[in-house]
Amino acid sequence: MSTSKFEPSIISRPVYGKLSAQTASHNLLIADAQGAEAIIEMAEHAPKSFFEQAHIIYIQKGTADAYLSQLESLGANQLYIGPTYQAALPRILNTLENTQVGIKLYLAGTEGLIGQVIRDATRFGVAMSDIQTEHRGSTARRIQCVHCKGIIEDVTVDPFQCSHCGLFLFVRDHYSRRIAAFQGVRVDAEDPGNIPEAVERFK
Amino acid sequence: MTAGTPKINVTVESVTPLNALITRFTFRESCGKDLPAFSGGAHVVVEMDDHGTKRMNPYSLMSDPNDTKRYSITVRRDDEGRGGSLYMHSHVKAGMEMVISTPVNLFSLDLTAKKHLMIAGGIGITPFMSQIHQLTSTRAHFELHYSVRSDALGAYLQELTQSYPKNLHVYRDDQDEQLKLAELLNGQPVGTHVYVCGPKGMIDWVRETAREADWPDSSVHFEEFTAPKSGNAFEVTLHQSNKTISVDRHQSLLEALEASSVEVPYLCRGGACGQCETNVLECDGNIEHNDHWLTDDQRLSKTKIMPCVSRFAGKKLTIER
Repeated sequence: MSTSKFEPSIISRPVYGKLSAQTASHNLLIADAQGAEAIIEMAEHAPKSFFEQAHIIYIQKGTADAYLSQLESLGANQLYIGPTYQAALPRILNTLENTQVGIKLYLAGTEGLIGQVIRDATRFGVAMSDIQTEHRGSTARRIQCVHCKGIIEDVTVDPFQCSHCGLFLFVRDHYSRRIAAFQGVRVDAEDPGNIPEAVERFK
Repeated sequence: MTAGTPKINVTVESVTPLNALITRFTFRESCGKDLPAFSGGAHVVVEMDDHGTKRMNPYSLMSDPNDTKRYSITVRRDDEGRGGSLYMHSHVKAGMEMVISTPVNLFSLDLTAKKHLMIAGGIGITPFMSQIHQLTSTRAHFELHYSVRSDALGAYLQELTQSYPKNLHVYRDDQDEQLKLAELLNGQPVGTHVYVCGPKGMIDWVRETAREADWPDSSVHFEEFTAPKSGNAFEVTLHQSNKTISVDRHQSLLEALEASSVEVPYLCRGGACGQCETNVLECDGNIEHNDHWLTDDQRLSKTKIMPCVSRFAGKKLTIER
């Protein structure tokens, strides 16, 4: 059961659940923006010892101090606060690389964050069954332009202009786990110049 | 149509006793053709004509998977068993013609693993021999923890010690050496997969300890090489074939079906692959489930039986065959 509502889509599109605290020797929680709410809600039902073995990496992504005092009060063994995914990335990769079998991952927030951490965690050998996800906040998409391979973050309108090559792209529901992005395909490939008006599909 | 995988005619190239209980058999294709390549952990079903009784036992391939000229298996003599291993030890000689199945792998390596942690007990070493060949060809990271009764009874101990001194850890029962499993499974780097092959107790111990250490099921691999158990004779009614057959004390239900010319698909003949799963239409009595395939619910419901290893005690059993 997903917390966020998504428009109907193809079955291969990623889906998200609801975080639920499991017993484990080590818990790694990574969230961005409103994803903090998922952690705070999960904490209400978590055993007291859960956060003693927990490392929280929280990316504010424009939410400023909105959730910081609540996150601090959880009593996690480690709590990192960073402004952006890029700022937190070295810490995420370092943590994943040096972790041990038995770790449980809890990912919450935007699709861009969840998808990229799944991609990196599975590359280091974390099993999919050890990863829980919960979508919160913006449904803006991380898109790969299939023509120039450039990545465009937080796309809200469809079609949109690729910020790398300038083509106008139609946003597909086709998702790549390998690059953690939806695919953007030239919208006027067969009728150059015929570009439909952009509609806000993702908020 | 024949059940199982396609057959291969082979000639026994050599028979090499390794110690008091264990002998290696090497086969080549009878016409000199190449054998199919296989992957580490695969087994073949060896067919034996034991004085009129057809025996079909699965044995792990232990040779190099890339060697298509010959296959090797290693057989431990089981004097209490139903006779397959005794037949191999006492009747199979170099030059003999035999039939084996095309290899099937139910215990394959997960090649996405960052590290392969292998736990072998006794003759359970055999699938690891082919897996180690495969892993060394790609320089993958592995560790082998091998429990043996004694140095003398540890098959391939010398060869492994010489070839992989840094990867091998040996535990000898007669020296009171014991694998400290909980310590071993705790603190393994993420991406490690554990593989266990050995007696049932050892497999259960590894699976249970891994579960306690929060290992994901997808990173725990096991292969049990139990042969069908003997038991009391029983009768079975075959609904589709419209006949009733009896299963001998030392025969499996699968073997009894085959002896009555009823074809049943199979791959492992050891309760692991699920191919021979059969619907039970009527059961007045108890099914002795000896497989590792059915779920607990399926067992309790008495609606399924694995003919390769499971038996029946009671008044009436009707199956959909």
